Amino acid sequence: MARPSVRVFHKLEGLFSIYKPPGVHWKLVRDTIETNLLKGINAAPPPAPRQRVQFLAESTSVVAEGSNELTLSAASVPALAHHPLVSGPDFQHIGVGVGHRLDVFSSGVLVLGVGQSNKALTDLYRSHVTRDYTLEGELGMATDNFSHTGRLIERTTYDHITRDKLERVLAMMQGSNQKALLTYSKVDMSTQGAYELAVKGELRPDGKSPPIMTGLRLLHFQPPHFTLEVQCLNETQRYLCRILHEVGLELRSTAVCKGVRRTRDGPFTIQHALTHQHWTSPDVIQAIRQYRSSRKASKAKHTQPGKDTGTTDHLC
Amino acid sequence: MALTCIQHCQRCTSLLRSRSVGITTLQYSTDAQHWPAALWNSFIVPVLPSLLQRSPNPSQTRQRWNLGVRSYCESHAKVQPSQTKHRNTDELPGTDMVSYQNPVSHQLIDGGMLLKEWQTAFDLDDAPGHSALEEISHEEAVRMDIPAALPPVSISLKDYVNESETLGKLVQLGVQLWKLEQRPNVGSMLLRLDFQTDVTPRLVFLKQLGVEDSRLGYLISHNPFILTESLENLQARVAYLRSKKFSAESVASMVSRAPYLLNFSVKRMDNRLGFYQQQLGLSAQKTRDVVARLPRLLCGSLETVKENLKICKLEMGFRENELQHIVTVIPKVLTANKRKLTQIFDYIHNTMNIPHDLIVKFPQVLNAKYLRIKERHLFLQYLDKAQYDPAKPNYICLDKLVSLPDEAFCTEVASATLKDFELFQKTM
Repeated sequence: MARPSVRVFHKLEGLFSIYKPPGVHWKLVRDTIETNLLKGINAAPPPAPRQRVQFLAESTSVVAEGSNELTLSAASVPALAHHPLVSGPDFQHIGVGVGHRLDVFSSGVLVLGVGQSNKALTDLYRSHVTRDYTLEGELGMATDNFSHTGRLIERTTYDHITRDKLERVLAMMQGSNQKALLTYSKVDMSTQGAYELAVKGELRPDGKSPPIMTGLRLLHFQPPHFTLEVQCLNETQRYLCRILHEVGLELRSTAVCKGVRRTRDGPFTIQHALTHQHWTSPDVIQAIRQYRSSRKASKAKHTQPGKDTGTTDHLC
Repeated sequence: MALTCIQHCQRCTSLLRSRSVGITTLQYSTDAQHWPAALWNSFIVPVLPSLLQRSPNPSQTRQRWNLGVRSYCESHAKVQPSQTKHRNTDELPGTDMVSYQNPVSHQLIDGGMLLKEWQTAFDLDDAPGHSALEEISHEEAVRMDIPAALPPVSISLKDYVNESETLGKLVQLGVQLWKLEQRPNVGSMLLRLDFQTDVTPRLVFLKQLGVEDSRLGYLISHNPFILTESLENLQARVAYLRSKKFSAESVASMVSRAPYLLNFSVKRMDNRLGFYQQQLGLSAQKTRDVVARLPRLLCGSLETVKENLKICKLEMGFRENELQHIVTVIPKVLTANKRKLTQIFDYIHNTMNIPHDLIVKFPQVLNAKYLRIKERHLFLQYLDKAQYDPAKPNYICLDKLVSLPDEAFCTEVASATLKDFELFQKTM
């Protein structure tokens, strides 16, 4: 019979996503969540104290007779060695793993896994799932680390930039990324299978590849501010800030990144990500259950017409 | 020979009984070199567990003593190698291994006269009378006391808690032994304490001071060294605090909230009280209030407080009287993290454009979390409600911005639902 704390721990073993706020290191987030989950696990009431039998001697008087009768009485005393104050809480550490990391400047969906599901997390990490980002940029400035918190290097004008020009530049970048994707996917372009994959948009790089953007779109343009939506693989947040900088350069001006926000990481969307007031064990258990049921529903939907979903099938 | 042995044994037991101790790791001195080590072991090892089991009957102890001597004489070959190993580990300093040094054994070793008497009294050629296979009567078997198999050295107090009275009573008080055993040397120290002579007077002293029973466990879990501080020192420090006109209740509350308070000398406390009164420029009563609210001001280092005061005056630009007001309302500002304090002040003053006098009116904002202030301010800005000037209409009080829980903040201040606030948080 498992202890109540072990049962709660088994319920917590799964993948879930949280919303990381900007300005916080991902490790601090992971440590906070581990502490909160431990509180939930150890909150279960401790089991009844074990008893041990101790024999207490009661000797009767010896004075007159030669032999003395020694009677022993059995007393049941609590065995303190297993008391929670002596042995400590049941769980003092749990393994909480982090998926694709987010740096301090960015915010967004961060996938975490507990216990056994860290294996599924490594599979997710290594598989070629795409991620969605929303990048906010500002024209007219250039800094040393491509974001608005860095040291200012250059100021330029941006009056000549129109939406049309910006979209042309983005289309050009998307084209070059598409070519890179075709090269790294190592499929023979003259086959029917390759054509079908390309039509469905399921071409993925085979093995290691540099960061590739599979989709790039302008969401909002109001000079000097603009917002881009990006779908990419194998990226880092610093690379995305550099993309914005290059967009500025292509437009004969400069641009800095004001915010990087991840809205999707593989199958985890921002809709079900937990905000920081919900980083507690009951909310996490519910998030895990909800993700599992959504996976089951999507699998049922996909297996009906007889198609496979590519690389994300083996995730729990 | 047996009679002199018994006399020596009685002397030993009386010495040892005066301080109940755990199992010893043996201390060898030059005097004992010519005494066969195994036989030395055989005298010490059987006695102590019987003491822990608190058998006050001297005749019984004597019988056990005799039996013990007989049984251990045969097992000396097994005992010796393990004892030497313990001796080696004993020399390692600073490990968190719980090892015991029987201070009374020093007396036994140093009392050269005792040794010499033993040497002459105990005849090595005398074969032991009983063998292990000998049949004994039922009463003798029942009377035979088997000492508990306590390990001489251990990394955890679990092994000793069943036998030790001190540890058992500490667990009943609510002391977290699992945390204390991780601190170096604390486990050994707790085991060496005698409950009647060491722990009880101090607990009685704390109770007389006014500390509640439920807080005693917390106090000892955080500061186990209060049990080794001498009673005269403790009384002198409490007398000093009373002489500085702290009321009895406030002294009790200070001691229960700052467990290390009574371990600091009178001179140090006096130094700190003087520093706070001088630097903050507050009256005696107000300084007392501040210290009573945050007693750890008297415990920690003054350097951090000096730096925090400098930051408030120079970097933030608060005037003397403004600083006094802030410290009387929120004493925690003196011990807050410098980086976080400047980050919050920078956001409030430069981004939210709140002037100094408004911050002084609501110093709680300096104590809040940066993320909370930022999220709530941006939410209000998104709803066009971020107006903190009391002169203009639709004024939002800073106190409400920071101290209300999320639900109340959304409904009262922002007139939006909690769901909207969460959706907004995900757009940040």
